[in-house]
Amino acid sequence: MELAILRDKIGYHGVSLALATVLTGAALMLANHLTLPAIAQAAEDDLKASLVQVLPEGMADNNLLADTVSIDGLGGKPVTVYRGRKAGVYSAAVFQHRARGYAGDIVILVGLNAEGVVQGVRVLKHAETPGLGDKIEVAKSPWVHAFEGKALGTARWGVKKDGGEFDQFAGATITPRTVVKTVKEALEFYAAHRTEIAGEKP
Amino acid sequence: MNCESVTTGKLFRDGLWDQNVVFAQLLAMCPAMAVTTSGTNGLGMGLATTAVLVVSNMLISAIRNLVSDQVRIPIFVVVIATLVTLVDMSLNAWLHDLHKVLGLFIALIVVNCAILGRAEAFAFKNGVKASAIDGLAMGLGFTLALTIMGLVRELIGAGTLFAQASLLLGPSFSFLEVKVIPNYSGVLMMILPPGGFLVLGMLLVVKRMVDQRLAKRGCATPDAAAHCSV
Repeated sequence: MELAILRDKIGYHGVSLALATVLTGAALMLANHLTLPAIAQAAEDDLKASLVQVLPEGMADNNLLADTVSIDGLGGKPVTVYRGRKAGVYSAAVFQHRARGYAGDIVILVGLNAEGVVQGVRVLKHAETPGLGDKIEVAKSPWVHAFEGKALGTARWGVKKDGGEFDQFAGATITPRTVVKTVKEALEFYAAHRTEIAGEKP
Repeated sequence: MNCESVTTGKLFRDGLWDQNVVFAQLLAMCPAMAVTTSGTNGLGMGLATTAVLVVSNMLISAIRNLVSDQVRIPIFVVVIATLVTLVDMSLNAWLHDLHKVLGLFIALIVVNCAILGRAEAFAFKNGVKASAIDGLAMGLGFTLALTIMGLVRELIGAGTLFAQASLLLGPSFSFLEVKVIPNYSGVLMMILPPGGFLVLGMLLVVKRMVDQRLAKRGCATPDAAAHCSV
């Protein structure tokens, strides 16, 4: 039969569309199968790289990714805490926390030593105003370094406008206020669950 | 089906200037506004789109005799979405650093109506080779438009040109990164969405002025005469 005549049959439309979706679906399945291990590896490398950023060198000598504990808290959701050990002794904790910023969620990663003193803070994800609120990124401004060495009892947790000790940005107060609050919440979470985090052996 | 008069030269002329996706067809406004906050971003989005456009044009052209008119649009959409997803997955897996820079743009390519537009307007009616050239020409025109928009916004908004180009293209391209105005506080509005509309408007004015200048000089070449009638 002529292709041109066949093409106008109503059954042909349905069959050809079904065939197209089956073929593309198969291509996607194959691609997913081929790329899955490489993507998982890349995501793990990324996580490792960000964990290293919030802990100074020499704080831990174990593989943090292999030594985790999951604890309920911070809004009822389980938090995965990565634990650092030095010569087998618990020495550091790294975990994520998030809060709603000026536009969308701000996700931060906090690194603490065993006593709950901040070792480093990085903003992993945010959607704040470019040029104003994005100074929370370490690539744009050294602002997040202000948290290093601070602990729950030893700092006034707030931006200067609210009587705290952390700078706000010209034109953007909500963003730094949220980050300060988020870090403080993370420290309170750590203080409340310290024994659980430090106690369990992997 | 093959349009014999379509020459490579005309295809490139159409893609880069006469039928430029952004400046003439005013298509693909979503990526054009969203990513052109710097020249580097514009270039990255443009190149990623070009790659998808060439492959999608070739694929659509190859299956054009099998696809009936009534279901062609859903088939185009399925093919384009699959291609974009394949590019996204393979970049993520094997060129992860590039994916971190381009990842945001790649998902946006799906909603780029210029790709569906070329499939419908060109690839469905022309041969594989001509469609590949058309995809390349349209893609390069799109890249050119986004890069220019990005550079203008970046220059006025932040006082730099091609900032972080080495992240996208590799360290050997770091010479592209220029800080034009030192200690420049920047005009934030140009980076924000309104700046995109302003720059696009101004660039459209420039293009129209050039076109009028060309038209006034008369349709000297037969090629230009053909365009005047369009």
